[in-house]
Amino acid sequence: MAQVDTTTNAGQLLAAASGGRRRPGDRIFSNTATAAAVTILALLAGVAIFLVAEGLPAVTAAASELPGGKSLLDYVAPLAFGTVLAATFAALIAVPLAVAVALFITHIAPPRIALTLGYLVDLLAAIPSIVYGLWGIFVLGPAAVPVMRWLEEHLGFIPIFEGPASVTGRTMFVAGLVLAVMILPIVSAVAREVFSQTPRKLQEGAQALGATRWEMIRMTVLPFGRSSVISGAMLGLGRALGETMAVTIILSVSGAVSFNLISQANPSTIAANIALNFPESSGIAINLLIATGLVLFAITLVTNMGARAIIARQNRG
Amino acid sequence: MLGAAGSKRSEARAGQVRTTAGAPAIGTSSGAAGAPSGRGAKTIEVKGVSLYYGDFQAVEDVTMKIEPNKVTALIGSSGCGKTTFLRALNRMHELTPGAAVEGEISLDGEDVYGAGVDPVQVRRLVGMVFQSPNPFPTMSVYENVAAGLSLNAKRMKKAEMDAVVERSLRGANLWEEVKDRLDKAGSGLSGGQQQRLCIARAIAVEPEVLLMDEPCSALDPVATLAIEDLIRELKDRYTIAIVTHNMQQAARASDLTAFFNLEKSGRPGRLIEIGPTETIFTKPAQQATEDYVSGRFG
Amino acid sequence: MESASQSPRAGASLLASSVGGGILPGWATYAVLGGAAALSTAVLLAAGAFTAALTLAFTVLVACVAIYAWSRAVEGPRRARDRVMTMAIAAAFGLAMIPLFSLIFEVAKRGIPGLSLEFFTSDARGVVGGGGAEHAIVGTLMITGVAALISVPIGIMAAIYLTEYGTGRLRRALTFFVDVMTGIPSIVAGLFAYALFEIFLGPGIRLGVMGSVALSVLMIPIVIRSAEEVLKIVPAHLREAAYALGTPKWKTITRIVLPTAFAGLVTGVMLAVARIIGETAPLLVTTGVIDSLNSDPFHGRMQNLAVYAYNEYRSPGLMKQASYDRAWAAALTLIAIVMILNVAARLVYRRYKTEIR
Repeated sequence: MAQVDTTTNAGQLLAAASGGRRRPGDRIFSNTATAAAVTILALLAGVAIFLVAEGLPAVTAAASELPGGKSLLDYVAPLAFGTVLAATFAALIAVPLAVAVALFITHIAPPRIALTLGYLVDLLAAIPSIVYGLWGIFVLGPAAVPVMRWLEEHLGFIPIFEGPASVTGRTMFVAGLVLAVMILPIVSAVAREVFSQTPRKLQEGAQALGATRWEMIRMTVLPFGRSSVISGAMLGLGRALGETMAVTIILSVSGAVSFNLISQANPSTIAANIALNFPESSGIAINLLIATGLVLFAITLVTNMGARAIIARQNRG
Repeated sequence: MLGAAGSKRSEARAGQVRTTAGAPAIGTSSGAAGAPSGRGAKTIEVKGVSLYYGDFQAVEDVTMKIEPNKVTALIGSSGCGKTTFLRALNRMHELTPGAAVEGEISLDGEDVYGAGVDPVQVRRLVGMVFQSPNPFPTMSVYENVAAGLSLNAKRMKKAEMDAVVERSLRGANLWEEVKDRLDKAGSGLSGGQQQRLCIARAIAVEPEVLLMDEPCSALDPVATLAIEDLIRELKDRYTIAIVTHNMQQAARASDLTAFFNLEKSGRPGRLIEIGPTETIFTKPAQQATEDYVSGRFG
Repeated sequence: MESASQSPRAGASLLASSVGGGILPGWATYAVLGGAAALSTAVLLAAGAFTAALTLAFTVLVACVAIYAWSRAVEGPRRARDRVMTMAIAAAFGLAMIPLFSLIFEVAKRGIPGLSLEFFTSDARGVVGGGGAEHAIVGTLMITGVAALISVPIGIMAAIYLTEYGTGRLRRALTFFVDVMTGIPSIVAGLFAYALFEIFLGPGIRLGVMGSVALSVLMIPIVIRSAEEVLKIVPAHLREAAYALGTPKWKTITRIVLPTAFAGLVTGVMLAVARIIGETAPLLVTTGVIDSLNSDPFHGRMQNLAVYAYNEYRSPGLMKQASYDRAWAAALTLIAIVMILNVAARLVYRRYKTEIR
């Protein structure tokens, strides 16, 4: 006989009210709910299992059997490099910007319009990635060409700006910028949440000492929100790691592994590589692509787990 | 109220206060109480001050003087505007959106709300300790005390800053208890210690006036007595105004007492009577005062 | 002036905060911005390098330097720092808004030429360098509809489990894994759907419903998260009142909790749909590309607006610009659908939500 859960308030009342007996309606309903929960876990397990099953042939195959003649490791390493490079560049741009946007909305803009401003920033998250891709290649790319040329001219001694600057704009630089715009709303939403929750008494404590608004922000709001912002940044990073379409469309891929952001020779990302090659692939090539998908899944998993761990530590401490 | 002779309603937005009228020229003192006092503590003169939150009038027409080197207690039942009034003295009131100040508040003769006066500077000279201790959680004890200093002083040598921190902690009767844990987090102390830490932080910048908003309400009786002892010592060097709803505390710790009251809820708070503490508690002039201190209401 | 060891007491005045002893006038910021704009425009025009973007950048730079210098002279270094940081933060916000407006403007500008009756009413079968996107629109609705059909019941029931029934290990596991699911890259979800169907139906298969399954993997955690939040807000005392009347638990949930949370649930679902309706990657690997209208999710490939836009860009027909136009038109349609869903979701919420007092 199913036990009523008496650890919840409702459960106790329920047990009391129904005298501890379970009506058929209750049993059906609660079993359905539990079934839904189990289904989802099964779904997730399924994702893992099927992907591993399909990817395994590529892991075990010898290099000669795989397209391109490279082993899985050799195949996926440059892709992983490109994935991390693009995402890191995007995060480095997006996070400070997101913090500034969040500070603006929570502490500087007049409170009456703060809500609207928040909606506007969140709108950026609603735009589909294919649209970002088209925008990136047709609008931002050409617009970025003079910028990249300037970077090559004046900062070319730094490896990331070595050049020669691409004339089409289809570079890591532009792809990274587009990714940055895509993850900005995610990081900024987390930052806004935590900045607006800074205890008033802390802020007033700083103000009563004679701090200016910026000094108060530096002394109380930013330290208070630090771990949340870091966790938000990692969530954004995770999103950028998995982003496909924008990168697929924008990047002109040569497979080169380099830190040079502004040239024509770019590594691809795992996701973009799958998107480009999957439709025409068959046989072992598909297994190979799925294996790279697993690698991507692992990378994003680790990043997201890290983000949640930081939040958990913050909540406990 | 808006027609009070010569006074204009001053819209208080942080940093952009327009004039209150009738302020004596900057730098001159008004009256005997304005003369620079022996140890540098200043007088606060309040004339016809009314305080608003938007359209709601919280405090009406207060005129009083907060004497240097003395402790003035502000008592009265809850909701009668004592804290609002206190927060107007160091220009914290205006941080609430829609808040407004009318009338004149001057510090040793200088209009606190005058044109060209930076509220940040006012708050440096008029310090505040809050009801619930608020040490900065990400800073150590040392850093908390030095927090105000690092804002104001250009470049203090480490030795100088150490000296100031020690002096402030001693002044707050906290030095002996924390001298071995200066670099530990400020939030690790007990409630009473945290409040004394906040007091140390407030006096480290050497204000002229110290405002305290129910500083002991979150503390146990032992810690409360410790703070009251401290207040008695501090008045030698500072002007102190303390809001308290605890009459015994007012009787114990203050030299002067001001009694605030509401006619009925919804009406603004008014200053009913101010005078030497002993008089207020034994032979008050107003009936309402007598009713309050003898516990008949509030 | 302030000195480190000496207290500013003796003779300290309220105006002793700065060298000049005062505050900048209220119009200072605007004056600086205006002046900087004028200066930048003039300099760039003279140098022959005038563009809107460059002028904007220079204006901000010059304004920041100017306000700092002016404020430092009049108000002191701390106030100056405060002003320049405020300006920088505002500029950063402006910078973040530029892509938003550029996106909307460009998509509208480039997409409108591609919109036509033909675009909405005919597909691309047999037409070279022309045709419309009717198949893509229908396909989008179909695939997303089936995905919602799968995700919403499962998601809401799971949310009910988490808030009303869940205990112990199953609950903890579910919460943990829903977190994991929110982080699945969209293409991986597509790969999973492909792998699933391939095992049962053989390689090379492409079906509309595969796309729906892939989208469900992405949609379910979103639905669960938002439903959970909404259900949690329903106060305990409402449930307790029902129990006290002898109402069985399942009836309490269906008659009291769900209706109270209804507006929030609908909003959550609409927002989830808006999130996945523009997904391209998972569909690239599952539903394939097709030129003709197919409204049967269980047979044959199905087109979708996002993949259509990608395809028109990737393999334009003989008339390249026309293809690009259609790609932009598809993009515009997508954005329009997403925006409408977002706005409608908020309106629904405001109109139908139950005030809980």
